[in-house]
Amino acid sequence: MIQLINVKKSFGNNHVLRGVNLTIEQGESMVIIGGSGTGKSVALKSVLGLVQPDSGQILVNGADTTEGDRDAFLAQFGMLFQGGALFDSLSVWQNVAFRLLRGKGKLSKSDARDVAIEKLRRVGLKPEVADQFPAELSGGMQKRVGLARAIAAEPDIIFFDEPTTGLDPIMSGVINELIREIVVEMGATAMTITHDMSSVRAIADKVAMLHEGVVQWTGPVSEMDSSGDPYLDQFINARAEGPIEAVR
Amino acid sequence: MQALTFLDAFLGSIGRSVLGLCAAIGRIAIFAVLTISHLLRPPFYLAEFGRQLLHIGYFSLPVVGLTALFTGGALALQIYSGGARFSAEAVVPSVVAIAMVRELGPVLSGLMVAGRVSSSIAAELGTMRVTEQIDALTTLSTNPMKYLVVPRVLAATIAMPILAFIGDVIGIMGGFLVGTQRLGFNAATYINNTWSFLEFEDVFSGLVKAAAFGFIVALMGCYHGYNSGRGAQGVGRATTNAVVSASVLILAANYLLTEIFFTS
Repeated sequence: MIQLINVKKSFGNNHVLRGVNLTIEQGESMVIIGGSGTGKSVALKSVLGLVQPDSGQILVNGADTTEGDRDAFLAQFGMLFQGGALFDSLSVWQNVAFRLLRGKGKLSKSDARDVAIEKLRRVGLKPEVADQFPAELSGGMQKRVGLARAIAAEPDIIFFDEPTTGLDPIMSGVINELIREIVVEMGATAMTITHDMSSVRAIADKVAMLHEGVVQWTGPVSEMDSSGDPYLDQFINARAEGPIEAVR
Repeated sequence: MQALTFLDAFLGSIGRSVLGLCAAIGRIAIFAVLTISHLLRPPFYLAEFGRQLLHIGYFSLPVVGLTALFTGGALALQIYSGGARFSAEAVVPSVVAIAMVRELGPVLSGLMVAGRVSSSIAAELGTMRVTEQIDALTTLSTNPMKYLVVPRVLAATIAMPILAFIGDVIGIMGGFLVGTQRLGFNAATYINNTWSFLEFEDVFSGLVKAAAFGFIVALMGCYHGYNSGRGAQGVGRATTNAVVSASVLILAANYLLTEIFFTS
């Protein structure tokens, strides 16, 4: 379970998070939506410790994220980055098996390669891709490799940062389906940030909407269309007019 | 009144610049201390260290060798024509050797490697920062300081003295070629004069300098790349800052080390 309790974060005069309260239950798929610059990425990175909140508390399975062994803490997580964030200097299989080749419980090269090829197959990529380099792959394939890397060590919690950004609608659908299948299959807790509504409907058990640094609305995805919240309605129906002011 | 406002703004801008410089020096010092502390504690990424040794050391050989060769040749010509004014042409072999091993070998190698390596490290790490690869390393339980910074700094600190030594030899050879082929020196006399005037301290001080320059080159590349701003402009600025700061620091460190070695 992940809990964000009154988390605040500012960059200079830009108050990005103004007291975020959010709970994600074990095995639940939470999707955080909101306009650009509303603090979705900062909230997600705060949980991982990539951004240090100014105040508030973040608990993962009841433990404060700022205390205890950092490596053990991070070993619970897998993350799919927006642009894939694959390491250019390493081949595809070395990217996927990156965690398996290092630290405690390190596997031999051949075992790690076998696991990487299995995970690549799971995300729909052929074994021939394993020895290619990230720069040789299309955007959709890079996303799949990123997904394979996120699930390689079978983490309990998986984060997805804008998983469909930059992909065509068909590839977006494929990635959404893959994410849903993998999360269900692994029984993992998932936290996704996106502004792609097709992702929300495909991936989410629950939805939280961030607006002006706080959670404006949260609830099951089935209640999203009938929430009655004017901010959420404007966002999910992509209306230019409404309480959220768009910069024109 | 207007003059006072102008003076106020002028002094204020000087103050801000000085404070900004002090803050930058502090940040770089903290980065250097962090690097050294990670250098001493496991895990160690030996494969990555080997890769950097190859990239920073071996692939810098042509540029360092060519620079040293031409510098040694030009130095022989200069000393010959300068020495002719007071009939001291015979000092060419010894002065070329001493100048190469004490100063020109390490400094020129350092500056050439600063241009080649600082920029490439800053661009690589800057791109990794911008494309979230550094964040990805953290989420994969790998400390980016240990995985990216330590192997580069260690490889440069070890590779630079070797490069400078090879540069010294090639530079002296450049002087020898010009001395024997253009200036009419006898080959055996030239070599004899080179060896007899060269002392261990000359070579050793040059290699210590080179190690310090290697540390500076990689540290500046890593610092600016690691803290790169966003986008192509951020990476471009990081690259420029890395080369400029590494070059200036090499020259400043060269003066300080020369003071330590030769005035005590």
